[in-house]
Amino acid sequence: MPLDATVPALQARGLTKHFDSVPAVNGISFTVPQGGIVALLGGNGAGKTTTISMLLGLLLPTSGEARVLDHDMATDRFSALPFMNFSSPYVDLPGELTVTENLKVYGRLYGVAALSARIEELAALLQLNEVLKRRVRELSAGQKTRVALAKALINSPRVLVLDEPTASLDPDTGDWVRGVLSNYARTSGAAIFFASHNMLEVERMCDELLIMKAGKIHDQGAPKDLIQKYGRDSLEDVFLHIARGGDEAGQ
Amino acid sequence: MNFTRIYAMALRYLYLLRRSPMRIVELVYWPFMNLAVWGFITVYLRSNTFGITQAAGLFLGAVVLWEILIRSNLGMTVTFVEEFFSRNLGHLFISPLRPHELLVGCMVTSLVRTIVSLLPAILGLVPLFGYSIFDLGAPLIAFYLILSMFGWAFGMFIMAILIRWGLAAEAFAWAAMFAIMPIAGVYYPIAALPGWLQPVAWALPSSYVFEGMRAIVLEGVVRTDYLWRGLALDGVYLALGIAIFQWTFHIARKRGLLLNAS
Repeated sequence: MPLDATVPALQARGLTKHFDSVPAVNGISFTVPQGGIVALLGGNGAGKTTTISMLLGLLLPTSGEARVLDHDMATDRFSALPFMNFSSPYVDLPGELTVTENLKVYGRLYGVAALSARIEELAALLQLNEVLKRRVRELSAGQKTRVALAKALINSPRVLVLDEPTASLDPDTGDWVRGVLSNYARTSGAAIFFASHNMLEVERMCDELLIMKAGKIHDQGAPKDLIQKYGRDSLEDVFLHIARGGDEAGQ
Repeated sequence: MNFTRIYAMALRYLYLLRRSPMRIVELVYWPFMNLAVWGFITVYLRSNTFGITQAAGLFLGAVVLWEILIRSNLGMTVTFVEEFFSRNLGHLFISPLRPHELLVGCMVTSLVRTIVSLLPAILGLVPLFGYSIFDLGAPLIAFYLILSMFGWAFGMFIMAILIRWGLAAEAFAWAAMFAIMPIAGVYYPIAALPGWLQPVAWALPSSYVFEGMRAIVLEGVVRTDYLWRGLALDGVYLALGIAIFQWTFHIARKRGLLLNAS
């Protein structure tokens, strides 16, 4: 698909979702450019999962728009889905199938050309060669995360949406995964949008972060700028400050 | 309609079958047991009673055809339930797989599962009880089509319920098709039902198959009118099944039910 480089990878415009008149997401707007890495932060119930679900087209907004590569995900999601992918530790791949079988199934679902070569390429990138013939349910948490990433990269997506990409991983594996993702964004020009509770991860990976609170975007900016703006020592301090009801500059 | 994606879905279930020999054993076990029991009942009735029970294969034919219906239906719904158990629906719903392609993928899987499930039992009837369902001749093809399509259409309705209520409705997914058994004329003619229930029975495509089978076995007559009516009703049920599934999918996107299912 020829793509205008100025078209945002992801865009929310006045995005709102009410469940039985209770607002879960309340009129948020933001843009993720192509090649950008943007993180979504927020406490439990802040609206992160609802926002991600609308961006994936799993959930219809009450009002506003969620757009991916300029396609409205409420009405035209199948134009965007072949060019995006998703990974979450809370959504599994079929455990009875081997790693190769899973990748073959998803490769075909995404219409990947030269699928065997792509699987070999990903196996090398994500160090999966030794587990390709093993059933997914037999793998360790770290191996499962790498397999989930292989599935998420199978179609060389232009937009990658991740939910807590390093949850339940040890620091070493988590660091390695962050390196792979940053490298993928840099070399492919893909946009990455991810939700995380890991402040170090956010600081290290993203160009910009959005902090959600009670369904709204409380603040946004580059990690360093936000740390400076709130007069704190780390992003974790900024997060705690906002979560506990503080305002800018420590007020 | 993208056939590569439909093939991918079928492949996913074929891999699962290949990786799980116990699933194949279970697939073959129940139809075989059911047919064996009815085979022995038929042998007993043949030697002790008169009348229509003497007609070779009346009950065995009914059981085989019922199994085709139930296996086609379960092949569809159990396939979908597998996705709930493997917590894989989220990945499927955000892939380019369209809802109608998911349905066709489940149908293809159901077809394979039904053949794997029934063929050993059907072939086993020949040496064990001297009965071959293939003696019904060419109408068997139409019977198979009518029953499969009805099983699929009913399966779509159950899949919609699963999307709406999740695994809380799992027991329903297994048992729902059995609800029509008393009125489908499987072992007795529709005429045996109370008058007010007969129109309901005739509204089911399966009723035309079982009555059609009895017409062949007892009278040696092929009721093509039954076949056409069964097929026409299938068209209606399939259209309804697809519409209900698509509508539920839309409602699920609106209410966030796909998140729970995922």
